[in-house]
Amino acid sequence: MSLITTLARLEAVDTGRAQPLATVRHRHLTDRPLVLVPLTTAGEAGAPLGALVGTDREAPRLLAVAQPRDRDLRFAFLAELAEAVLPHIEAYADVVEPAERNETDPATGKKTKVEVELCTDAGQLIVPSRAGVEFVRLLGRSMRFRRTAEDDPDTPYPAPARVPLLGRWLTHYGERARVPGSSLLLAATDLLNRHWATGQSSLEDQHLGALLSWIAPPAGSSGAEAALRAELARDGEGQLLCPPAGPATDPDFDNRLLAPAIERYDRARTALASAEDGLAADARLGELSGAEREIRSLLARVMLPTWDAVWRGLDLLRELPEGARAEDRWTRDRWSFTAHRDRVRSGEPPQPRRDDAVTAAQKLASRETAQAQLEAQEALDDPLVLAGRRLAGEAFLATVTDVEMTYTESKRPSPRPLVTVRTDERPHLSERTKVYRSLEGKPQTAEFVRAEEEPDQDGDVLLVLRILDRMGRGKEPAPGSVPGPGDRIAWTLFEHDQRGGPKLPDPEETPWTHGGPPGADAATRAEQPDPVTSEDLL
Amino acid sequence: MLATALGSPAPFGQSQFAFMRGNAFEAKVKADGGAELLRLLYERLGGSSPAPGPEAATPDLSAAGPEGRAARTALALREATAAGGWALLDHPMLALEVAGSPAYLEPDAVVVHPDGRWTVVEIKSFPMIDASADASKVGAAARQAAVYVLALERVAAVTEGAEVGQRVLLVCPKDFSNLPTASVVDVRKQCAVTRRQLTRLTRIEDIAAGLPEGTTFDPACPSEELDAAVAAVPPAYAPECLAACELAFHCRAKSRAEGAVETLGRSVRGELGGLTTVAGVLAAAAGKEGDPADPTVVALRRAAALRAEALESAAALRAGAREAASVPGAGTPEGAATCR
Repeated sequence: MSLITTLARLEAVDTGRAQPLATVRHRHLTDRPLVLVPLTTAGEAGAPLGALVGTDREAPRLLAVAQPRDRDLRFAFLAELAEAVLPHIEAYADVVEPAERNETDPATGKKTKVEVELCTDAGQLIVPSRAGVEFVRLLGRSMRFRRTAEDDPDTPYPAPARVPLLGRWLTHYGERARVPGSSLLLAATDLLNRHWATGQSSLEDQHLGALLSWIAPPAGSSGAEAALRAELARDGEGQLLCPPAGPATDPDFDNRLLAPAIERYDRARTALASAEDGLAADARLGELSGAEREIRSLLARVMLPTWDAVWRGLDLLRELPEGARAEDRWTRDRWSFTAHRDRVRSGEPPQPRRDDAVTAAQKLASRETAQAQLEAQEALDDPLVLAGRRLAGEAFLATVTDVEMTYTESKRPSPRPLVTVRTDERPHLSERTKVYRSLEGKPQTAEFVRAEEEPDQDGDVLLVLRILDRMGRGKEPAPGSVPGPGDRIAWTLFEHDQRGGPKLPDPEETPWTHGGPPGADAATRAEQPDPVTSEDLL
Repeated sequence: MLATALGSPAPFGQSQFAFMRGNAFEAKVKADGGAELLRLLYERLGGSSPAPGPEAATPDLSAAGPEGRAARTALALREATAAGGWALLDHPMLALEVAGSPAYLEPDAVVVHPDGRWTVVEIKSFPMIDASADASKVGAAARQAAVYVLALERVAAVTEGAEVGQRVLLVCPKDFSNLPTASVVDVRKQCAVTRRQLTRLTRIEDIAAGLPEGTTFDPACPSEELDAAVAAVPPAYAPECLAACELAFHCRAKSRAEGAVETLGRSVRGELGGLTTVAGVLAAAAGKEGDPADPTVVALRRAAALRAEALESAAALRAGAREAASVPGAGTPEGAATCR
């Protein structure tokens, strides 16, 4: 946490209300995000309990598993989830615009431009918390290797038709969520924490209800009081008024309400199985569906507050104008979405369990680039973020006092104007340190030449910078490309655009230090579904 | 109970689903005299010893009371080590002195190797998916196992030919099944940390000696009295306490009431140097208090000035944008004005 963030948190403690950490919204929000509030069974890895899902806040779709240990019921849940999620994703897959992509011709090694399709928008998925993002990954992992009866008629316990496909998409979303600044899959808590500082620690900020209480406390209550209420207040039955945002449930809910309800359901099911004639079966079927309805309403009761909280969080975020460069990052998300669509359409196998060395290195490198790019773009979009960088000496605001034209000493002299600026800041500059400013959205580079004099009585110093590029090809700089006296400019010591690192070798040329080239069996092994045991969960 | 009596009940509890699953999994791992468990252990940590067969010993460890069980465990360990074969101790009892008073610990299992090595086994019900598990859960399991290793070392010190393995076996369900899989976790670092913390703990007698005469933590007492009693033991609250301690919500309320900056996180304290209260920091940032020569105060004032300036410029920009929006054709410049 930087000092400026700490200060915001302290102000929040003092005022009893969350304080802004950003003046613009740094993540793109689509017009129709799909909100998913999942619940899982405590102690079980792959046993979802229920979910609320949908794009309409007034009409969430309730999915529930009456007995999470029943494989058929779980499959029915996953099939229903696929029915709810896949149409949302697929609606974006066919709306495309033409785009160009640089590709290296493998034969000649030359870079060429290729005409490709780019989805004009992508399906966005919002979950309540970071644990929800992890759960999406887990769901993806549990589904993508499943076989349907169509894939393999001999498979034991075939999965419903679209479940493996959903697994591949959720895996992709989960993987994309690890790229800094991406917006395909977002956690509401992360979104809110990026834009507001509360008066509690970052650990407590993972509680969606408490977080919202700080940002928008109910009238007449301070954020701290409201957050405490969200954390601890229980009703007459001992149930939390603000249930955990999932996927984990409150143990008291499990023990007092859910477990007895599931037991009733089990009893009703056994009774139905032992019914002797049609009439008795009818009555017992009624009992069974009653027990199921009860479980559904219990689950709805603990998920609806979270559902509403996510939408309230989105409302708050929409009040902020979107940062200018968030759109650029969303375009990358669209590329990623389109690329996965193409992989699915071309019949490629599901993502492997473990990335090979080259893929893993590529992913890490691209995430590092994305992180640096995100930090630079947020600072350029938002004066409040820039203030943090200025405090750290990584950027400074300065007023131009003088411009002196100089030229390179080559046959065709190019302009190298010396710009003198006045600032009261103390950036970490040494000779020939590169500094950058944004000129019509593109970075212009200058280098630090010297500090003119000792600080004057106001603490201001004069710095001399030499502009290096973006002045056109002529002897005289293009109009508007050189700042004039009186201009107030933000300079940064960090680059605005991040270049990727050196190219990585092809997988076939993986060095032995990284496990060597993937063996011949690697491709087939990765595709094997998980072995299914008769008791694959307890 | 104490926390409830203080008015800040701890939100802890275990779901019966998780409890049942954990027990069922442990029973499955230890079925057949621990054959599956020993097989996993031999695969991962067997070394040059012969493979364990059905003749592996599973001594009976039942005895009366924790002291009795601990003594029985020590005896079983000695016998198994002297016998020079494989032995599986199911839920042994170990004693470890914590702050001057004995604490009894019950690991899931301890295995004695034929060469006299003892290995702690932790059975957990969180899954290992594609051979990797949740890092925080593995970390917690490793810290737990390290305490068992330390307790075992006390017994090994008085047992001839015994040595405690610093690598423990973590057994978890594989992927989405209930089949066990295992992984070796090196707990040398956790052992060193725990050992150091144990020697640094203030002894309970010393804490008790510092309390006023007649202090009691009996939950039946009136809450004001209890409050004073608990306040007599100085806490060191940090947000991490919330995940571990029943009294954390009580300490947090006290800490917040005092305006301690640690309620926002341990790292915050480091950033703010000598300033320890929220009011103190804000006053220093606003220029009302604090030594202007103190680098923390200088940085704080600068941070406050920069923050205020940025918020102001953003508000001005937004007001400008609103005006521009009402005048058709007057677009706002790209990006924030200060960034041009």
